[in-house]
Order: sequence, then C-alpha cells, then structure tokens
Amino acid sequence: MSDQTHMHVEHDIAPGDEEQHSVRERILGYVVGLGLALLLTATSFFIAGTNLVWQPSIPVALIVLAIAQMGVHLVFFLHITTGPDNTNNVLALAFGLLVVFLVVGGTVWIMAHLNQNMPPMDQIMQMPR
Amino acid sequence: MTMTATLGHAHADPHHIGRATEHPGPAPKRIVTAYGFWVFLLSDIVMFSCFFAAYAVLVDQTAGGPKGSEIFEQRNVAIETVCLLLSSFTCGMAGIAADVRNRLWFYLAMAVTCVLGLIFLAIEFKEFADLVARGYGPSRSAFLTAFFSLVGCHGLHVSAGVLWLLTMMAQVFAKGFRADVLRRMMCFALFWHALDIIWVGVFSVVYLLGGGA
Repeated sequence: MSDQTHMHVEHDIAPGDEEQHSVRERILGYVVGLGLALLLTATSFFIAGTNLVWQPSIPVALIVLAIAQMGVHLVFFLHITTGPDNTNNVLALAFGLLVVFLVVGGTVWIMAHLNQNMPPMDQIMQMPR
Repeated sequence: MTMTATLGHAHADPHHIGRATEHPGPAPKRIVTAYGFWVFLLSDIVMFSCFFAAYAVLVDQTAGGPKGSEIFEQRNVAIETVCLLLSSFTCGMAGIAADVRNRLWFYLAMAVTCVLGLIFLAIEFKEFADLVARGYGPSRSAFLTAFFSLVGCHGLHVSAGVLWLLTMMAQVFAKGFRADVLRRMMCFALFWHALDIIWVGVFSVVYLLGGGA
C-alpha cells in the first residue's frame, strides 16, 4: 500500500506534445516525417501520371497513399501516437474519423442510389417499357 | 522489494486503469488548452468532410462545362504541395525553437513558414483567377461550385493561418515566451499541421484522382 503514495503522478500529454526528448531527437523526428511525406507525395504524383501500372489500380493506390501520408503527418508532426499518455487524443481522433466516414461514405452511398432510382425525367422517358 | 513491486505495477497497467479512483487533480492548462483545440480541429475536419462529400457527389455534374482533367495543372499542384509540406516542417521547427526559447530560430522558422504559405496562396489565387477569366467560375457548373468551395475553403483556412502566424510573431516580439503565448503557439502549430493533412486529401482526391480520369 505504501508504494502507492510514492508513485509518480502522471498526466496525459497534450496533442502535439511529445514525451521528454532532447531537441536533437525532436528535430530528427520532424526530418524523418518530412522525408516520408515527401516520398509518399512523390509516389502519388508519379502513380497518377504513369502508364507503367495497371490503370484501374491507380485510384486505389492514390487513396492508400493519401491515408498513409495522413498517418505520417499525425505521428511525426502532430505526435498522436498509441502511447498510454495519448489515450484521450486518440479517442477524440477515433470519434472524428467515425463521423468523417459516416458523412462521406453515407453521402456517396445514398446519392449513388438516388441517382440510380430517380434519374432525370428525360432519361425516364427513354427507358424501355 | 518495494521498488520492484512499484515498477511491476506501473508496467502491468500502462493505461492507469487500476488507479482510476485516484484523483491527481486537474490537468495542467497546457494540456487542457491543446486538447480543446484538438477537438476543434477534429470538428473542422468533419466540416471539410462535408465539402469532400459534396465534391464526390457533384464531380460528374459538369453541365457541358470543363471536366477536372481539362482545367487542372499537375505542376502547379506539385509546387503547392511541396510548399505546404515544407512549411509544416518549418512550423514544427518554430515550435521547438519556442520551447527552448530561442528567438532567432523562432523568427527565422516562422518567417520561412509565412513565405511558403504566401507562395501557396499566390499560386492558388492565380489558378482561381485564371479559371474565372476563362469563364469557368464557380457558377459555371455544379462540379466547379463544389471545386471552388472545397479548395477555396482550404485556402481561406491557410489565409487565416498566415494572419495567426504573424500575430504569434508579434506576440513573441512584444511579450516574449510567456506561458500563455507558448500555449497559443502550440495551438497554431496544431492548426497548421492539420491544414496540411487536409491538403493531402485535397490534392489526392481533387487534383490527382480528378486529373487522371
């Protein structure tokens, strides 16, 4: 029981803050993030304009690269990590992502079906009966 | 013996679940402020997701006007992307300089961030002005309305960010690295990094996906 009283009281860390690091390590983190982000960006722009890869795979590749780059930004620039002190920040991010996916996915899904079920009047007229 | 027990306890319970009943007191103001701003940024990202959704729905409704592949210039977008990415990096450097209270590097990094942001804005403004001059303004088609609102909204955020950046430089000049100024600087850095994350979505979805099709 006595060891509980001597335990160091820890707080969570703020988004954007890092655990204790030296200046050199912090700069190195940004450099690594910048390098990864530049690499992913260059790949995105290369993939978008190339004929080397199977064409239908390009949109999927672009979306995967974009999500990867957002992850790089979150970890290396915003310092949102899976560390125990970061739980609150990650949970807020998770809820934000849930809303984003509901809004974007739901909109695209519903509007695609509306387009299919309710085409404009001139198209209805031309439909075979 | 006591020592190892403590360490073992802390190690087995990294998320402090067993200590939920303890009250270490309110969190420091820096954490509260940054967390609140993080929640605001997430709500801002949710707002941008609405613009993205509108763009995805309206991207094919060109009303006889130009398609994305006819009006986008990859080279300009690449320059904009590199500018914003480098400015995010220098913004991080400014944050470190502020934490170690080094005025010279703080001003230098903030000035570079500002210049890169202004280059980004100039290229974007020129693109918009060219489109409007060619008759492809936001009122031409639903696609162009969605394009101008999404990209323009991001541009407005960058403009606000540049104004905030100049305010932070002025505050550090006038008040020095006080705790409240450092908290604002931290929120600004979060804001600027979040803008770059949104730009990743913009250039991937709007310019690259729309430009190739």
